[in-house]
Amino acid sequence: MTANLVTANLLEIRDLRKSYGSVEVLKGVDCDVRAGEVISIIGSSGSGKTTMLRCINMLEEFQGGTIRIDGEEIGFTTSGGQRRRKSDKDIARQRALTGMAFQQFNLFPHMTALENVTLGLVLVRKMGRDEARALGETWLDRVGLLSRKDHYPSKLSGGQQQRVAIARAIAMSPRLMLFDEVTSALDPELVAEVLQVVRTLAEDGMTMMLVTHEMRFAYEVSSRVIFMNGGRIGEEGNPREMFAAPKTERLAAFLQSSRFN
Amino acid sequence: MNAPPSFVDIVWIARWPLLYGLGTTVAVSLLAILGGTVLGTLLGLALTYGNRVVRLLARAYTDIVRGTPVLVLVLASFYILGTVGLDLSAFQAGVLALTLFCASHVGEITRGALQTLHKGQTEAAKAIGLTFGQTFRYVLGPQALRLALPPLVNTAAEMVKASTLLSVIGVAELLLRTQEVISRAFHSLEFYLLAGFLYFVVNYAIERLGRAVERRVSVQ
Amino acid sequence: MGYTLNFDAVWRNFDDLLWGLGLSLLLAVTAIGIGCLLGLVLAFGRISRSRLLSVPANAYVTLLRNLPLLVLVLFSFFALPQLGLRLSKQNSFVLALALYSAAYLAEVFRGGLLGVPRGLREAGLAIGLTEGQIRRRITLPVMFRAVLPALGSTFIGLFKDTSLAAAIAVPELTFEARKINVETFRVIETWLVASGLYIATCSILAALLRRVEARLAI
Repeated sequence: MTANLVTANLLEIRDLRKSYGSVEVLKGVDCDVRAGEVISIIGSSGSGKTTMLRCINMLEEFQGGTIRIDGEEIGFTTSGGQRRRKSDKDIARQRALTGMAFQQFNLFPHMTALENVTLGLVLVRKMGRDEARALGETWLDRVGLLSRKDHYPSKLSGGQQQRVAIARAIAMSPRLMLFDEVTSALDPELVAEVLQVVRTLAEDGMTMMLVTHEMRFAYEVSSRVIFMNGGRIGEEGNPREMFAAPKTERLAAFLQSSRFN
Repeated sequence: MNAPPSFVDIVWIARWPLLYGLGTTVAVSLLAILGGTVLGTLLGLALTYGNRVVRLLARAYTDIVRGTPVLVLVLASFYILGTVGLDLSAFQAGVLALTLFCASHVGEITRGALQTLHKGQTEAAKAIGLTFGQTFRYVLGPQALRLALPPLVNTAAEMVKASTLLSVIGVAELLLRTQEVISRAFHSLEFYLLAGFLYFVVNYAIERLGRAVERRVSVQ
Repeated sequence: MGYTLNFDAVWRNFDDLLWGLGLSLLLAVTAIGIGCLLGLVLAFGRISRSRLLSVPANAYVTLLRNLPLLVLVLFSFFALPQLGLRLSKQNSFVLALALYSAAYLAEVFRGGLLGVPRGLREAGLAIGLTEGQIRRRITLPVMFRAVLPALGSTFIGLFKDTSLAAAIAVPELTFEARKINVETFRVIETWLVASGLYIATCSILAALLRRVEARLAI
């Protein structure tokens, strides 16, 4: 299939299926993402939005369908109907194609802010110490935390921790950034500083997918919004049109219940 | 031509000494656990509610006893008590040492449990007008017991293990009886395995019992 | 009571006590070192999802925790030769204490491993680290810091357990104290000094561990 060789899509998801035991969480999701797109994934809890994000970097193993980044199949090799999990080493390399920021930040508590950012650069990107430090400092500066580079996570506020976590992910120069409810665990007054960082990245042309409950933010920064409903994509499109005139009743109800302002 | 007696034969011949040994082990452990629990509870109360002098004394006692190996306590108790004119048998001296040791552990456990729930609970009880006695009886005591139970069971098993140290001063508990049998009839491998098995059974039973009790008293 | 304290005899033999203490420490360090390695392996075994690993590891810990150390010590010295393994007094004691301590340390490490947030592993995976790198760079250091206090009291307990080596005539502190006791009859003085040495060593160990803890605090 030549389509895969000359694809313009950065990410291609085809018929993605995932279940926990007998509970099917993703029931066949198709989704294409072009470079530079900013996609917000919304939907009620249990709709499969976080699971979909976690499948893209193989934090969840999925049972059916394919995910490709730049045409390369993620996690599994499919040939002649046979599906085989790739080696841990290959999967580790593929995970570095994407960057992820988590709801709970997940900074390494025994490392300073800078060490958190440089760990992957040294171990995965095989950078020299000095080069890694310089790049790490550049990114901490970009998220406004260069002055805190030698602080341990426990000495940083939640908002600062999340900004370090974003710097840690983005410093790896991923092809695609995944944000999993990055403001949900934050006190309200700390949300803005994190969203500002995400907004700047979007403006720089970073391709990203965000699972979020911040409807106003989704409305403002996204080039496209995906509404997940019951393990499928319920509706997708330009945020202005979708929010103004939802095509499905489900989306209308969801927007009603999470009405911003 | 007589075949040399097999291990099983020897165990059968030596069954009574071994059983007496096991009985002594159980007796030593029980006495030490009971005495240690009573003394240790008082110690824990002293550590928590005592005035400065009482607290200091109780703290000194716990730290000294806990900083000393049990075997040293056993030997010191055995040799010193005789020297100062207290004519105790090895059994009595050994039980005394284990009791003192057990008390220091129970004291720490009691203090830890009481301190964990001390403040808010006491204030709540005061607020509804309970006296200190009532507070302890109905509010603190039951909760502390629940918290203290798992480490107490642990301590009980430790005491059974520590009772083996009494063999060093000649108390004829299970391990010393085992050694005596070995010295007459060899088969050291099998007899040590047998002794180990018996200790394991006793301790494992304590552990299971502890878990069962824990489940019973745990707040649903 | 007609007993007056006189420490002269003990001071004359004080060197023996100090050498004994040195040997106690050496036994403890060697045994605990081996015990830590074995304990770590057991801890990973216990939390493993594979029953092939978790069942034997659990059985080992349950068995060893419920056996008296003295039985292990005597077994290792008197019974192992029957199986063709003849060790010196010191070595057989180290073997017994190492196997015994591994069970306790495995408990400590297991608790620590379970306390490491799952998210840290995922964050490591997300930046492309392998499982081995995550274990070495993240899980173990985070776990180690969390268990330091428990590890400290376990170490001190195991150090005190070296006194059991006296039972097979290893010339450590308790053995030397007993010798002086029997030779000089300065009973009270001997045991006061001996337990004083144990208490002092335990306090110093505790203080050192607190400093390590403060250094590594995050």
